[in-house]
Amino acid sequence: MTSPASSLEIQVPKAGSWPVFGWFTLAFLVFAQWYAIATSPADRDMGDLQKILYVHVPASWIMSITFALVFVYSLLYLWKGKDSYDLLAASSAEVGATFVGLTLVQGMIWGKPTWGVWWTWDARLTSTLVLFLVFVGYLALRAFIDEPQRRGQWSAAVGVLGAINVPIVWMSVRWWRTLHQMQSTPQTMEPVYRNGLLINFLAFTLLAVYLIRRRYEAAMTARAAELALQVAALRGG
Amino acid sequence: MTRVRSQGGDHWRRIRAIAWKDLTTERRSKAGFNAVVSLGITILVLFGFALGPDAQALRDAAPGALWLAVLFAGVLAFNRSYQVELDTGALEPLLLYPGARWTIFTGKLLANMLFVGLLLVIVVVAGMVLFAVKVPDAWPTVIAVLALGAIGLVTLGTFYASMASRSRAREVLLPLLLFPMLVPVLLAAMQASKALIGADMMLEAGAWIKMLIAYDIIFVLATHLAFEHVIEA
Amino acid sequence: MTHPTEDVFAIEAQGIARRFGARWILRGVSLHVRPGEVVGLLGSNGCGKSTLLRMLATLLKPTAGSAAIYGHDVVKNADEVRRNIGFLAHTPGLYDDLSARENLEFAAEMIGGGHEDIDALIERVNLSHVRHERVRGFSAGMQRRLALGRLMLTKARVLLFDEPYSNLDTDGIRLMNSIISEAARDGGAALVVLHELAPAAGLLDRTVTIRDGRVADPTAALLAEAELAGAVGAVGATGAVVVA
Repeated sequence: MTSPASSLEIQVPKAGSWPVFGWFTLAFLVFAQWYAIATSPADRDMGDLQKILYVHVPASWIMSITFALVFVYSLLYLWKGKDSYDLLAASSAEVGATFVGLTLVQGMIWGKPTWGVWWTWDARLTSTLVLFLVFVGYLALRAFIDEPQRRGQWSAAVGVLGAINVPIVWMSVRWWRTLHQMQSTPQTMEPVYRNGLLINFLAFTLLAVYLIRRRYEAAMTARAAELALQVAALRGG
Repeated sequence: MTRVRSQGGDHWRRIRAIAWKDLTTERRSKAGFNAVVSLGITILVLFGFALGPDAQALRDAAPGALWLAVLFAGVLAFNRSYQVELDTGALEPLLLYPGARWTIFTGKLLANMLFVGLLLVIVVVAGMVLFAVKVPDAWPTVIAVLALGAIGLVTLGTFYASMASRSRAREVLLPLLLFPMLVPVLLAAMQASKALIGADMMLEAGAWIKMLIAYDIIFVLATHLAFEHVIEA
Repeated sequence: MTHPTEDVFAIEAQGIARRFGARWILRGVSLHVRPGEVVGLLGSNGCGKSTLLRMLATLLKPTAGSAAIYGHDVVKNADEVRRNIGFLAHTPGLYDDLSARENLEFAAEMIGGGHEDIDALIERVNLSHVRHERVRGFSAGMQRRLALGRLMLTKARVLLFDEPYSNLDTDGIRLMNSIISEAARDGGAALVVLHELAPAAGLLDRTVTIRDGRVADPTAALLAEAELAGAVGAVGATGAVVVA
């Protein structure tokens, strides 16, 4: 007869050359920020505050990427059932939630001097907040479930549904703002800023990849230790 | 023992049986529905205090208040729909009948649609009275918007409740998971209702309605596909 | 419909193990039940007999090992397995606000069978006088009998029983035994989890004892059975048996 329902052994991913990648990423990020700040002139309306755009916009792009990763890994987990997919999805969600939290704070930092208020119901900010709450729900669900198989299955389902909703939330909040035309949101981007922005997109993406990888390694190590303990308990006694 | 019979017929038979069973047990359980409706109306009244007493302000806020009242009251209904099985351990026998698991979800979904649909009608009527909203000319379209919004709400509510009702902190977990996911539905339903009631740009309501339809189709499909993974675990 | 060939086990488990969180409940159980057998599953409380039964019933997935019913793997061909088994759980799992008859009607709809047998089944489990009453008012024994009726609706070949005798009076026990022995006819089989042998006396072909998450060796098992039957006193520390 054939294979067990779930594996008792997992491969802990080795750190390998990832730490080197981490240092490179950090260096690149510093460079990217310097480049963007040094090469772009002050915006006529926002002055030097415009620089924060280089953190704020890429960070919300990272949110979309991490949701996409949660989507893919959740589907893979539902299909194949390997623990590693579940932990990759969870790691992506954690990193994503952190980035989104950062984005919101940055948005508020940018908003106070610009509009005099900590919060505006700006389309991007609002969508980001809603999607942050979706991440929080995902992480809360995982925190409430102890049984690993149930945790994996349930959070995968929630992750897939949440990820599907990302474009829909984005669109609906934007319609809510633009159809009413209450406050114009600064959308236009002068070409002179574009290079700085693109470089920062790349830098942030690399950072996110690095963080997810390290988080995943940590999670897998913990899981392997747990399983080893249990295999020992199985064989003994 | 295998008999040659249509799979579709099998599915429908199971769906119908479960929907009937849910509705019958709910009807006989005394006061479940009444309690939820009373809660919905109470919430409307509280909104009246929060937003009023200026009549125009209330009229403007009516669609929003109405949907939130249905949402908060409806959350109770969703967890309840699994309570019947959880209380008596009837979930295991239910899972043991051979057949597609998603039909269990469809059956519960249909029962909840009826429950929340009735809740919605009553709350709408109460809301129109409390907030002095006149019957709009475009009332058939308003009904369509209400129906489409209800489908989105009930679909995701029934789905997340299948998990929340079986976990710790179920009262907080269901809203926490459900509410952010419903933002598009709530926005669409509220804005479309507002546009239609105010006899504003029909175009605007049209766009929202298209979005509601897309949302409903996407999530009805996604939840049915995901249900099997969630009910077994 | 294909009848099982002689060499396919009705129930087969190979090294089946199950972990809940950090604790292993079963650590590798292998057992085989041939068509026509009625096997008893014994062990102390919490030893995993119910867990084993539930894995065979496809309600739980094994953490390790595998199991099959008439050759159909419980994980890979779960739906096919469900067509072949009936499971009588320790909790009846009935709908309190439906009547006895309505509970069976619902089950019949879910199974896909007709409703013709329902009245006869109600008669057989001795609930005709309360067929239209809500299960909420039933005693534990009546609920178990109704659950038994629901089990018979499935017409399954392999029947799994989890402590079926609790709350049953003498008539109930007799009814249960007749149904269990019927299951074993025509190539069917039954696996019965018990905590005492007395009600099933004469019914079982053999017993399997679970201890420490594994199948206990036959000698120990025999002693355990004898203990349960009250024929011997406690087994002393040196292994000496004290006869009561």
